[in-house]
Amino acid sequence: MSDNNERRVVSVIVVNEASVLSRITDLFSGRGYNITSLTVAPIPESKYSRLTIVTSGSVRVIEQITKQLHKLIPVLRVYEHEDLVEKEMAMVKFPASENIADISTLCAAYNGKIVNVGENVIIVMVADEPKRIENFLKIIKRYSPKEIVRSGAVALER
Amino acid sequence: MQINGAQMVIEALTLEGVDTVFGYPGGAIMNVYDEIYKQKDFKHILTRHEQAAIHAAEGYSRASGKVGVAMITSGPGFTNAVTGLADAYMDSIPLVVISGQVPMSLIGTDAFQEIDAVGISRSCTKHNYLVTNAADLPRVLKEAFHIASTGRPGPVHVDIPKDVTAEIAEFDYSVELELETYKPHVKGNPRQIKKAMEAISKAKRPLFYLGGGIINANAAYEVRDLVRRTGIPAVETFMARGVLSYDDELLIGMLGMHGSYASNMAMSETDLVIGLGVRFDDRVTGKLSEFAKNAGVIHVDIDPASISKLVNATYPIVGDVKNVVNEMLELTGQVKPENYKSWRETVVNFANLHPLTYHEDSERIKPQWVVERVGKLLGDDANISTDVGQHQMWTGQFYPFTRPRQFMSSGGLGTMGYGFPAAMGVKAASPEKTSINFTGDGSILMNCQELMTAVEKKLPVINIILNNNFLGMVRQWQTLFYDKRHSETDLSVQPDFVKLAEAFGGIGYRVNTKEEFDAALKDAVKKDVVAFIEVIVHRMENVMPMVPAGGSLFNMMLLEKKGDK
Ligand SMILES: Cc1cc2nc3c(=O)[nH]c(=O)nc-3n(C[C@H](O)[C@H](O)[C@H](O)COP(=O)(O)OP(=O)(O)OC[C@H]3O[C@@H](n4cnc5c(N)ncnc54)[C@H](O)[C@@H]3O)c2cc1C
Ligand SMILES: Cc1ncc(C[n+]2csc(CCOP(=O)(O)OP(=O)(O)O)c2C)c(N)n1
Ligand SMILES: [Mg+2]
Repeated sequence: MSDNNERRVVSVIVVNEASVLSRITDLFSGRGYNITSLTVAPIPESKYSRLTIVTSGSVRVIEQITKQLHKLIPVLRVYEHEDLVEKEMAMVKFPASENIADISTLCAAYNGKIVNVGENVIIVMVADEPKRIENFLKIIKRYSPKEIVRSGAVALER
Repeated sequence: MQINGAQMVIEALTLEGVDTVFGYPGGAIMNVYDEIYKQKDFKHILTRHEQAAIHAAEGYSRASGKVGVAMITSGPGFTNAVTGLADAYMDSIPLVVISGQVPMSLIGTDAFQEIDAVGISRSCTKHNYLVTNAADLPRVLKEAFHIASTGRPGPVHVDIPKDVTAEIAEFDYSVELELETYKPHVKGNPRQIKKAMEAISKAKRPLFYLGGGIINANAAYEVRDLVRRTGIPAVETFMARGVLSYDDELLIGMLGMHGSYASNMAMSETDLVIGLGVRFDDRVTGKLSEFAKNAGVIHVDIDPASISKLVNATYPIVGDVKNVVNEMLELTGQVKPENYKSWRETVVNFANLHPLTYHEDSERIKPQWVVERVGKLLGDDANISTDVGQHQMWTGQFYPFTRPRQFMSSGGLGTMGYGFPAAMGVKAASPEKTSINFTGDGSILMNCQELMTAVEKKLPVINIILNNNFLGMVRQWQTLFYDKRHSETDLSVQPDFVKLAEAFGGIGYRVNTKEEFDAALKDAVKKDVVAFIEVIVHRMENVMPMVPAGGSLFNMMLLEKKGDK
């Protein structure tokens, strides 16, 4: 059993009810587990929501995380993904004085586009694998981004 | 039936067969108390502190096997109860705790006596609810009892705003529960069980490691059967005392930090650990990397998260230990008790080398003697609770337990102040037995107000205070690991315990000699009123053996040979 910290994506299907999110986050903070990102939204036409949690830990810790999550009463299922499609979205605000054509081309390479053009700023969005989002955010540094927001990853098993 | 929320609480408790509720009223829960006043189905025991109400419910539950029920008000009533919830959570005790809350319209406004109760209890309960509609109450209460008592048991907290207890809605308790997300796994995997039994039949030095889960599962008698039929020696955790009878030839003793030499050596030498309802607590394992180092591990537990949490299980079996042991009993044919003969002899040799014992003292009573003496005089006729400290460990080591549910002590949280109220709950659950609480001069003061409850409700608990004028367990660590710097553990300044008991209408005894002790105990058993028996014991006695925290189980500090000092 390796003690190396591995990045892991865990999906949790929970009953969509009051305070269910705090149960999950309390579990992570209370037991000292990491949360890198967390997204949550209702599953259409059901009483459930789906959370995607990006976490890290040793094999033993990840196993405990999934078991402890499963122990929570409103949790229906926990998937710890092996083979998955992962996407994340990011939005970035640039000064309108930057080279819009350059930025637009870059966004296109990361499944994105300009979504808003204002008097002083433009806003773009990109949607791609989390690793590539990192990459994108590195590259756009030279266009003096004013604000960046990331959605956190969502994932589906293949 | 259309009734209000408060009436629903009463109806639900009655339908759940609750006969005793422990509690303390206040503004937010008054509607419910008004209905308690009007009903005759269950008894309400007014404790004198909310913490005590929860511990009493715990004691009641542990002695009876039923769900313990407690009721408290919002704000300070609830926060006083938190220690009790945490205690029950750590020791897997099934409770339903109902608290009042400020009315819905005031929630979030910092209203009088408002506190985010479910926010606080989330991390120390198995589950909790804030009920926002009276219409939800029947389902919530039914779920609460179900969740508390099934799977790995634990406390469930139900927080009810005051206006919800006044609101009228339909009450139908016959509705089927649909808990799609909660389905405890009770039946062990037959293939795994078969493999485990094969491993047992092949092992040379197998060892039963018995835990509190056996008591939760009411499986002690099945386990006794399994141990006898296989001829495999057994160690018990502190929480499992009474699973085997003290005089069972195959019981080696308690293991762990204050376990016997033979138990800890057996655990270190075994080649197959058979863990039943145990959680590999750090007080048991010592240094994990050295724990049962060369052994395979069978681990039966109803909580999957308990398995391979700390020690990797070679044969994990998720299921109710009663079911699993029954399956195991079907497969004992291949296990040959004679194969373990030399292993059993090894264990006996360990026990002869360093038996669990203590040295008598000519001047002062030794605390261990008191525990043994009560065992001799009352034995099976007493239920035993303890507070926390040295006296607690001596009770675990020296009392001759004969049956499950005879012993209740705060194991996981180690809550000083647990013992006396718990013993009241035990007495309420089984009035035919004498209810003894072994306590310390420190612990007893943490809930001594319960003398009043015990007098009023005629719960004649006998508190045996092993008075060493110290926070003894902490003093022991200071003596051993802090170069005798006894920082803030000297309790030389003390109340008059006899007068304290008398002030509440109880009875007090101060005891200096063995003869006085016998006389006091006999008198207290006869008197049928709550008692303090203060026994002046040797001040500097240490609990031995001891595995220093984080040390290996086989590296024990042992009782000094007589004359070593
Ligand atoms: C000062 C002090 C010193 C201590 N020293 C020691 C010591 O030396 N030795 C010692 O043993 N303890 C000691 N303790 C107690 C210790 O802290 C733990 O409480 C105890 O060891 C846990 O016992 P357990 O493993 O039996 O688990 P429990 O806490 O009783 O847990 C029960 C386990 O069984 C499982 N379970 C529950 N129901 C079922 C079921 N129906 N079927 C199957 N499984 C089930 C649960 O999931 C859990 O894993 C000490 C405590 C204090 C305060
Ligand atoms: C509520 C609480 N506070 C502090 C402790 C730490 N503690 C553990 S044992 C102990 C000493 C208990 O003294 P006493 O009741 O006299 O028992 P003794 O060890 O002397 O037998 C203390 C302070 C605890 N377990 N619980
Ligand atoms: Mg003391």
